[in-house]
Amino acid sequence: MILAALIFIPIAGGLLSWMADHWHPGAAKWLALITAGIEFVLAIWLWLQSASAMALPAHGGWLAETRAEWIPRFGVSFHLAVDGISLILVVLTAFLGIVSVACSWTEIQKRTGFFYFNLLWTVAGAVGVFLALDLFLFFFFWELMLVPMYFLIGIWGHENRQYASIKFFIFAQGSGMFMLVAILALVFVHYRSTGVLTFDYFDLLNATLSPSTELWIMLGFFIAFAVKTPIVPFHTWLPDAHTEAPTAGSVILAGVLLKTGAYGLLRFIVPLFPEAAAYFAPVAMVLGATGVLYGAFLAFAQTDFKRLVAYTSVSHLGFAVLGIFAWNPWSLGGAVMQMIAHGISTGALFVIAGILQERTHTRDMQRFEGLWSVMPRLAAMGLFFAIAALGLPGMGNFVGEFLVLMGLSSSSSVLASVATVVFVASVVYALALVQKTFHGENKHGWQLHDLSGREMATLFSMAAITLWLGLYPQPVLNAAPNTANSPPAIAVTRH
Amino acid sequence: MPSALHSDSLHLDLAVLSPLILLAAAAVVVMLAAAFYRHPRPVMILTLAGLVVSFTALFLPFLPQGIAGTASPQVTTLLVLDHYALFFIGLIVVATFVVAVLCYRYFGGGESRHEALYILLLLAALGGGVLVASSHFASFLLGLELLSISLFALIAYPRFTEHPLEAGIKYLILAGFSSGLLLFGMALVYAQLGTMQFVKIGTMLAAPEGALELYGLAGLALIVTGVGFKLALVPFHMWTPDVYEGAPAPITAFIATVSKGAMLVLLLRYFLMAGGHQSQSITFALSLVAVATILVGNLLALLQNNIKRILAYSSIAQLGYLLVGFLAFDQLAIEAIAYFLTAYFVTMLGAFGVVTVLSEGFNGSAGEFHGAAERDSDRLADYAGLFWHRPWLAGVFTAMLLSLAGIPLTMGFIGKFYIVTAGVEASLWMPVITLVIGSIIGLFYYMRIIAVMYASGPEAAGEAIMLRVAAPSFAESATLAALVLLLVWLGIFPAQLIDVLGGTVADLT
Repeated sequence: MILAALIFIPIAGGLLSWMADHWHPGAAKWLALITAGIEFVLAIWLWLQSASAMALPAHGGWLAETRAEWIPRFGVSFHLAVDGISLILVVLTAFLGIVSVACSWTEIQKRTGFFYFNLLWTVAGAVGVFLALDLFLFFFFWELMLVPMYFLIGIWGHENRQYASIKFFIFAQGSGMFMLVAILALVFVHYRSTGVLTFDYFDLLNATLSPSTELWIMLGFFIAFAVKTPIVPFHTWLPDAHTEAPTAGSVILAGVLLKTGAYGLLRFIVPLFPEAAAYFAPVAMVLGATGVLYGAFLAFAQTDFKRLVAYTSVSHLGFAVLGIFAWNPWSLGGAVMQMIAHGISTGALFVIAGILQERTHTRDMQRFEGLWSVMPRLAAMGLFFAIAALGLPGMGNFVGEFLVLMGLSSSSSVLASVATVVFVASVVYALALVQKTFHGENKHGWQLHDLSGREMATLFSMAAITLWLGLYPQPVLNAAPNTANSPPAIAVTRH
Repeated sequence: MPSALHSDSLHLDLAVLSPLILLAAAAVVVMLAAAFYRHPRPVMILTLAGLVVSFTALFLPFLPQGIAGTASPQVTTLLVLDHYALFFIGLIVVATFVVAVLCYRYFGGGESRHEALYILLLLAALGGGVLVASSHFASFLLGLELLSISLFALIAYPRFTEHPLEAGIKYLILAGFSSGLLLFGMALVYAQLGTMQFVKIGTMLAAPEGALELYGLAGLALIVTGVGFKLALVPFHMWTPDVYEGAPAPITAFIATVSKGAMLVLLLRYFLMAGGHQSQSITFALSLVAVATILVGNLLALLQNNIKRILAYSSIAQLGYLLVGFLAFDQLAIEAIAYFLTAYFVTMLGAFGVVTVLSEGFNGSAGEFHGAAERDSDRLADYAGLFWHRPWLAGVFTAMLLSLAGIPLTMGFIGKFYIVTAGVEASLWMPVITLVIGSIIGLFYYMRIIAVMYASGPEAAGEAIMLRVAAPSFAESATLAALVLLLVWLGIFPAQLIDVLGGTVADLT
């Protein structure tokens, strides 16, 4: 029941804040905040229910499950379940939900009710994606979360919002169609061998596929996940969408939507298609390593604050892809850690970008410079999260990247050493970000308010989580898939 | 039929036929009423009542000890009112009901003399009903002509305005042409097999030595072509955008749904009963047509700036998706077609319903046309910023467009899912991949309309916009609200409808 509640609370909250806006202007944001708060408390409560508060059950250790008939004709059921990895992503989603309500508090002035409706429905869709264990249901939520996100970008976005929102929608939706065909192919292969028409994850885990079928079906899933994660060369929607979205949209996009892609790789690609994934892993890892470097280099070349941060996402998620396809305990732990840490630190950088834009009405770093003297608190926070993004030890991102590289070096030392180069590139872009924006003299004569209490609270809590992830990462690492009980050890098939 | 029971069986036959008879009777009653008391309001109410009565009669066979409970659904060799026919007659009647409601205000409400319109609508619905129930070439042609002839008049109903007249003439020529092809095709099939009954054609072809010779094959090809014109399949689609654009918006909704739907249902029955799928070459041609229809429909829609034209091309593409199900052709595929068609009906009625409600319409009859609109509010620019000043209508339109695009929470999603399922099950990879590519292209023009509606405001249009100022009438709002609720409800909980369709299709195969 609690799992269904996790999905329906933001849905109901979204409808409520939309309506509330008509009765009492200004009520929408409070309702949205309360809804996101309840969601967060519920997720944390679920976490505390697990055996030990600090040890999440591993991948496949199901904490809670709900199942109800939905469309019996197709063997589709409303099947939700939560294990460690789902739970931690739901907690992340709920937390970023609160953050994105908080950072829209004064930014969103028009149509607030409809804004929070879309925001909460995106959250609901993402939570649904993380919880669904029926492939139809998964696809349903996968597509569903795109529509409100499209509106977030298309209505409240910046200058080029129409282009960015349509591009985002077509990329995500189009790749999803390939996944739909792949899901159906998988279901019917299973149906032909067993006579049971079902979309259930557990049943389909046992489907026997011929190697070529398995590869084709896996590629159908892979395209959808590769667009979302994003994996180079399917990333071109990302810089546009992240840059043009309102702050809350960027936070949710970077923190949550990208994770649905990586989650899909982890939950579906490898367990459902172990052989094909092993066969395909070298390609995927090369793409991942390319993304790591390419994202970092392009980030360095940007002058738009948000665009720079957007490209760092390509780089960071490249590590998650590397970790997932290397498929050993270290790399998987690293991939999960990278997903969570990236969600928090990049989210925080987007919040900072939003704060800057709200005050200066620009994102162009050439027009900043010397903001440290004007806004010391914001600048300090900016420095903190830039350093987190470059992977300084003691922060979450470092743990993730380090573990991924450690795991990767056992399967492919070449790729590991290539990916290590990014530590140089990321230092360059992170410090360039700080220098261009905050250091130097205030030549443009900016006179700006420093952070308000609300903004401080938001950024402080994100900083605290980043530090916690860096200093005591074990709970998150426990949530990573346990390779011991996953079907084949695909690392073995490579030298 | 045994002759001893002749009068009894006649009695039963009439009971079975009652939905169609009641539709015909309603047309007569409405005509007499209009002759004696020319006022549109009572005429419209009578029309709606006739449709409701005829809809109720559809449930006669389901009564436990019903008068028609024991009758065979086959009434003479011409018509068969099995569950399949009953379901689609129901769909047609409901669609006609919606169109009639939408027509009232659009054609001037109580002030104008548009009573004849309702007679024509009832006759067109009757034609559609005969089509979906026909099991013989004669009834096929009868239904088709009844439908087409009513439609000429309906399309050109605002006869002092240029566009509807032009559209009416285009439709007249097209319909004449396609009827000619159909007739010739039927004659050729008859020339080879000597029968016009679908079932007999089927049994003769199913016999070991029975296969279509050149005559029969050419006949079948001509029939498919004739139907293809009506369904606007590529390459027989040229007329669609012009007629859709020119026809009054509620009539466009009727053409898009009832006229196309009835033809498709008939084609499906013909293929099922008369074994059309046994001909490899026809199946192959149909798969080429399906691929071409999906691609051309979606690609041409990209270039349009007129909502009715975009919807016209969109409906071409949707028929292409339906053909994918048609090619799969098993129990699941027929269910898929039935579901998709239902979703298509709801969606198209909703989409054109919004266009209707936003358009000024043609008020007044002969000589009273001054002050009436020259065209419907159908330019993309008319919809700029619609969401900010007409949120509910924009919301309804958004829901319909998302359904056409196949986004979850709508019937369109389940429908497309159903069709893809049927295609994958039958391993029709080429059409399925085309469908996927087509729907990706389709996203672009659906999102384009949505983006325009949610753009900053009316000033975003940059040109004069033409939009009805008055708020929608209660009947219009209620109709659109009902369509949206249906769209979302059956999009989230499709199981009930699927059960009904399962039963409907089961007695067909």
